[in-house]
Amino acid sequence: MDARDGIAATRVAERMYRRRSFTNAIALGFAGIATLLGLFFLSWILWTTIQRGSSAIHPAIFRKMTLEGGLLNAIVGTVLLSFMGIAIATPIGVAAGTYLSEYAKLRKFGEAIRFLNDILLSAPSIVLGMFVYTLIVMPAHSSSALAGGVALALIALPVIVRTSDEMLRLVPGAMREAALSLGVPQWKVTVQVLYRSALPGITTGVLLALARIAGETAPLLFTAASNFYWSVNPTKPIASLPVAVFNFASQADDAQIALAWAGALLITLFVLLLSVLARGILLRNKVAHE
Amino acid sequence: MTANAPSIAAGPPVPVKDAEAGSRRDARNDRLFRGAMLLCALVVLLALVGAAGGTLWEGRLAFKAFGWHFFTSTSWDVNGGKFGALMPILGTLVTSLVAIVIAVPVSFGIAMFLTEVAPRWMRAPVGTAIELLAGIPSIIYGMWGFFVFMPIMSEHVQPWLINHLGDGTNEAGKATGLGLSFFSGAPIGMGLLTAGIVLAVMIVPFISSVMREVFLTVPSRLKESAYALGSTRWEVLWDIVLPYTRTAVIGGVFLGLGRALGETMAVTFVIGNSHDVPNSLMSPGTSIAATIANEFNEASDPLHRSSLIALAFVLFMVTFTVLAIAKLMLRRLASREGN
Repeated sequence: MDARDGIAATRVAERMYRRRSFTNAIALGFAGIATLLGLFFLSWILWTTIQRGSSAIHPAIFRKMTLEGGLLNAIVGTVLLSFMGIAIATPIGVAAGTYLSEYAKLRKFGEAIRFLNDILLSAPSIVLGMFVYTLIVMPAHSSSALAGGVALALIALPVIVRTSDEMLRLVPGAMREAALSLGVPQWKVTVQVLYRSALPGITTGVLLALARIAGETAPLLFTAASNFYWSVNPTKPIASLPVAVFNFASQADDAQIALAWAGALLITLFVLLLSVLARGILLRNKVAHE
Repeated sequence: MTANAPSIAAGPPVPVKDAEAGSRRDARNDRLFRGAMLLCALVVLLALVGAAGGTLWEGRLAFKAFGWHFFTSTSWDVNGGKFGALMPILGTLVTSLVAIVIAVPVSFGIAMFLTEVAPRWMRAPVGTAIELLAGIPSIIYGMWGFFVFMPIMSEHVQPWLINHLGDGTNEAGKATGLGLSFFSGAPIGMGLLTAGIVLAVMIVPFISSVMREVFLTVPSRLKESAYALGSTRWEVLWDIVLPYTRTAVIGGVFLGLGRALGETMAVTFVIGNSHDVPNSLMSPGTSIAATIANEFNEASDPLHRSSLIALAFVLFMVTFTVLAIAKLMLRRLASREGN
């Protein structure tokens, strides 16, 4: 081969290599910038909430009702509503997860329910609120804390179904077989062996569900509605933090907007704390398994 | 030491009849237990069917009164009793589309960073931080969007867009922009574009976490073969990882789209809540969810109320379709993984 041809070929290869490295560098740079952008927005939103919320939080808001410029009844309302949602969704969700994992593992029917559950998981929460409105509020002619609790339960349900199903499927089959071979009926195997083994995972699911519903606003707008006074009556409208924040934030008054930020900070802290706690349990459990 | 030695076995021997009764009882309890579990699994099905049926039934007044015009009419006149859903539907689609256009490349970049680029020690903490973004309640996004982001949009971003892409003019009255009508109008901050951007921030963590998960399913021998041939990281991602996971990646995008379509609080704060026909992305508009959230508690007229419930039905059907497509596409990868 002619030496000059060789040099030319090397040059072409070098140019191609340089172009490929250049494209690669651009792509890697883009990936880094995209990640920084995500982290930037996360810290921006958190910083705004912390800064504006912490300057608005003072002891009086924990003593006064929303009517008097406090948040006490809204905080209590959110605790009650979330508790109701979890109390309704947990037994149903764990049972449904049990059915999927233990009785319909690979059947078509189980797959269909799993598919629908995943859709329910991402369904718009305002539509679920509207469903509960037609189901409970319209027949009762009044919005109520109970309706709000049911709406939140519908949002918590798919989270619990999914984690229970997944966590129960992680329990080794040998455990089921060992218990069954001792002549233990299957329901006892499920309740006394499987649930005990999957408990940390199921707890994580319940905590994640709680984190999800504690900050929900849309499904409560027409089910629990809002209340400016103290109320713990399940058949009456009840205040909740997210709805109170929504109402206060739409006012022109600076004091009310400050109150909205205080509420926003409380919701955010609670939700983030819960998700960190849930992750912690999951991680510890994973480490223990290994 | 005598003939009754066999009965040493713990306790008195169980008569055969009792043992049979016991196992019959166990069998019955098992059936009951299984039935109860099945009933609870059916609640999931009932919730979806109920949500569709309930909203369709209570929206019947509107569907009956307007027929197909409900979907094609732009007039939403509360006092005149005329309700057309075209503007909310359009607003929902436009804001979600803006969100997807912004969120998909960013999510792709994040997923790429977390699977191929970042040093190993960095992946878990950064991934967790991005996922925290998904945990922030939507009302916080709404407030941030309204009080912090909207002023920035109206003072900096929108004037720039209008001057460079839209119908902006300089002091002499000469056009400075490209004249694109999408980016023309007044920089008022609220509107379809702002809502789309806030939605994009919201759905990035969903899409990027799906992409990251599916990227991790690519067998490492495929990637290593490509690296061994001298491929760059970008080439491995674009020519190996992406073709292998294409369906699931599209599924992840649809999942994000489903979220964006149904999002209420974040949009309600920043979209402007106007039923007028928008003439650019800067115009205020409305979405299905925002219309319902804003008007439902004040709607006293039965037809108005029914129209809003009918809107909820439309939203449910649209998101159901989008999410079903997403799930089907994601499942195709899962079944291949099983093989």
